[in-house]
Amino acid sequence: MGDLVYFSSVSENTHRFVQKLRLSELGMGVRRIPLRPTEGFLRVDEPYVLLVPTYGGGNEGGAVPRQVVKFLNDPHNRSLIRGVVAAGNTNFGEAYCIAGDIISAKCQVPYLYAFELLGTAEDVTRVRDGLGRFWQRQQQIPA
Amino acid sequence: MSPSGKLKLIDRVTAINWNRLEDDKDLEVWERLTGNFWLPEKVPVSNDIQSWHSLTPQEQELTTRVFTGLTLLDTIQGTVGAVSLIPDALTPHEEAVYTNIAFMESVHAKSYSSIFSTLISTQEIDEAFRWSEENPNLQRKAEIVLEYYRGDSPLKRKVASTLLESFLFYSGFYLPMHWSSRAKLTNTADLIRLIIRDEAVHGYYIGYKYQKGLELLTEAERDDLKAYTFELLFELYENEVQYTEDLYDGVGLTEDVKKFLRYNANKALMNLGYEALFPKDETDVNPAILAALSPNADENHDFFSGSGSSYVIGKAVATEDEDWEF
Repeated sequence: MGDLVYFSSVSENTHRFVQKLRLSELGMGVRRIPLRPTEGFLRVDEPYVLLVPTYGGGNEGGAVPRQVVKFLNDPHNRSLIRGVVAAGNTNFGEAYCIAGDIISAKCQVPYLYAFELLGTAEDVTRVRDGLGRFWQRQQQIPA
Repeated sequence: MSPSGKLKLIDRVTAINWNRLEDDKDLEVWERLTGNFWLPEKVPVSNDIQSWHSLTPQEQELTTRVFTGLTLLDTIQGTVGAVSLIPDALTPHEEAVYTNIAFMESVHAKSYSSIFSTLISTQEIDEAFRWSEENPNLQRKAEIVLEYYRGDSPLKRKVASTLLESFLFYSGFYLPMHWSSRAKLTNTADLIRLIIRDEAVHGYYIGYKYQKGLELLTEAERDDLKAYTFELLFELYENEVQYTEDLYDGVGLTEDVKKFLRYNANKALMNLGYEALFPKDETDVNPAILAALSPNADENHDFFSGSGSSYVIGKAVATEDEDWEF
């Protein structure tokens, strides 16, 4: 089993979604990208799926939170990403969940799932079951 | 409420220092809102004149009524709603964000007038405004919200405000998305999409501040506010269903609009930190409407449910900060 790495702002929206996934029961580790530089830098050593919220969307860019950019700019961290899940809001039109598209394109990993805001009960089930199957399949593929 | 019945003003003002933030979210949202600033004059609505004349008189009347309803809500939010949140703000930066929200709501209200003046005769505009003043369900919607804005609970005001921003507009927003999905009034739809984008940031921010406020309360008080939120949502939802019937029964779109209402009611609740209420099979919005709202939404990002045989390893391509700017 791989890990889940996620970012959540002080709104804690994404954090709450991650808690509902109860991934430790499936044997997955969960790591959070720190909000502030004073909280240190996250370096990972296991393959992981990245879960990120999409910021705003609109004229200014900046759809991928800057903390996530910093985390992925580290070549070691980036080498271990295996997939991305993104949260967003369809109100942002073309920028809906675009953080997932950007990261998937930059890191050449599959865009696994997109959901809105806090996610519905169905989103929780699909991501939880999906991640379980995803890591099982990864194990079956010879290194 | 003050004895004069006028809106309460803030008691004390300290000079705002953006270099000392108490809540990082204030600056983040301020930057997002100012970065997204727009004016209706930049959208070429006049390119829709030909398309407007391809609508039947009944469709034109419906569209005009929908936009007067939206104008009323934006006027409330601009002149009362967002302004009433200012005295409750916990930080000076939060106050500044509300002034931006209030101003943008006035821009939105003016946008509908610019659509009207481009597409419709003065007489038709006056008739539609008369309709909006006489429609009991539209007036009821305005009354319910105004009542809470005038009330004495800062957190209830935020609930009412978030429900307005994230739920009450959508019986109206449905129609331009519907026309857009049929390649009609597409410039008008572009303008409405800018409004929809702004409302998402407003609903998110006010909902976030509501949740920050909840953190200071006891569990019993939090439970009360949750019960209140759902009660208000139901009251507004029932009224919204009737309003939707008044507008859309004639063109046979009512059931489709109701799905969109419930879908957005769920999102309003999530903005307030609550679970979605309506189940999936009651919120399965017409894919054409969803695609008009967000072209990416129908691109089903669900790798999990596919056969998923592809296995791609992360390549260690060098990336720098500017690679992430889109």
